[in-house]
Amino acid sequence: MAKHSITMTINGTEHSAEVDSRLLLVHLLRDELRLTGTHIGCDTTHCGACTVLIDGEPMKSCTVLAVQADGRQVKTVEGLADNGNLHPLQEGFWEEHGLQCGYCTPGMLMTSYALLQRNSDPSELDIREAISGNLCRCTGYVNIIKSVRYAAEKMQQGEGDAS
Amino acid sequence: MIPSAFDYHSPGTLQEAIALLQQHGDEAKVLSGGQSLLPLLKLRLGYATQLVDIGRIAGLEYIKEEGGQLKIGGATTEAALDRSDLVRSKYPLLHDTTVVIADPLVRNRATVGGNLAHGDPANDHPATMLALGATVVATGPNGTRSIAITEFFKGLFTTALEPDEILTEIQIPVPPPNSGGAYLKLERKVGDYATAAAAAQVTLGSGGEIVSAGLALTNAGPKPIRASNAEAYLVGKTPDETTIAEAARLAAESTSPTPDRRGSVEYKQAMARVLMGRAITKAVDRAGGQ
Repeated sequence: MAKHSITMTINGTEHSAEVDSRLLLVHLLRDELRLTGTHIGCDTTHCGACTVLIDGEPMKSCTVLAVQADGRQVKTVEGLADNGNLHPLQEGFWEEHGLQCGYCTPGMLMTSYALLQRNSDPSELDIREAISGNLCRCTGYVNIIKSVRYAAEKMQQGEGDAS
Repeated sequence: MIPSAFDYHSPGTLQEAIALLQQHGDEAKVLSGGQSLLPLLKLRLGYATQLVDIGRIAGLEYIKEEGGQLKIGGATTEAALDRSDLVRSKYPLLHDTTVVIADPLVRNRATVGGNLAHGDPANDHPATMLALGATVVATGPNGTRSIAITEFFKGLFTTALEPDEILTEIQIPVPPPNSGGAYLKLERKVGDYATAAAAAQVTLGSGGEIVSAGLALTNAGPKPIRASNAEAYLVGKTPDETTIAEAARLAAESTSPTPDRRGSVEYKQAMARVLMGRAITKAVDRAGGQ
């Protein structure tokens, strides 16, 4: 079976790899590139722990072939913080106790990041719908929703300060 | 989980894709969003040694009205359907359906064409397309052909598509004035297949009577089920509690669900009846009736 030479931009840095057709994107990220912030949960397209952004849209990287991401822009949880400064979402999860075990957190963060890109002031229902493909077994979601609201408010304040 | 080894092809044109399908025959599968196919390959419930990815072929993603039809490109994602103002405003049955398919992350990749071509009676678009009287356009080595949706589903995971054909477009007749539709789905959790789900599309006449009805059910038998008896009963009737209940009863009679962890046969049929009744009621309401 032929190998494929692929190139993609991950968190702003270009990466090239020789991959098997069947290599999943999540395995490329974790096993080959050692970006282990992206988790593998159910491995059956249910839980969303492996969520990354591909060309800005959140997708389950356990259900995408690495070759399908050839030429795409990928963003993982490692790409959220800026020079060691937490992203407002990461700060929100910290401040509002948005995680307990933390397993679902990378996926929750990436889905929430995409939501806030599209909708800077999401309602509780907007957030619940957006994260309905990300499962959390600890929090009961209430604190995750508070965390996303925290980030939305902080990001809006930031915009206000800048203007 | 890691799928069995396969070769991956990413043709840039439909012609190249069809040539690859011709070359590899039964060994090849068309890969679109991959949200059904990749899990099957990972679980090793499905098998293919050649994947032909149509995701890099330009011109297969669109939603437009043209010549009295809504035309949807085969590789249009569920997320695109959800965000389409045209679909939201004029095709409520279609919009209801797309937002209950899997979950938002899956819908960012999953395609309408894939949902139909997979031939899974548990998928949601088949019932909706039956209720809407859709036509499927398949492109193969000899060009395109149209397949009525009523002729499309042949059995479990089996459709009228030939191995060297690709589902390239779905056509839905633009509904006449005073039309409405609704899709209602009972699921155990977001992302689950339907325990039962019902699609209803109706058009009302000047006296409020039903002049046409499309009714279909998801995951209620080995194929998506069109409730023809219920449709025939409803035409000419004034939709009220009694006639809608009777249509729903007839629709549930046409089902043959399999018992599983989602419920017994009796439960699933009862839910099919209840959901169909509610779907018709909502469709009539959206059509401007009582």
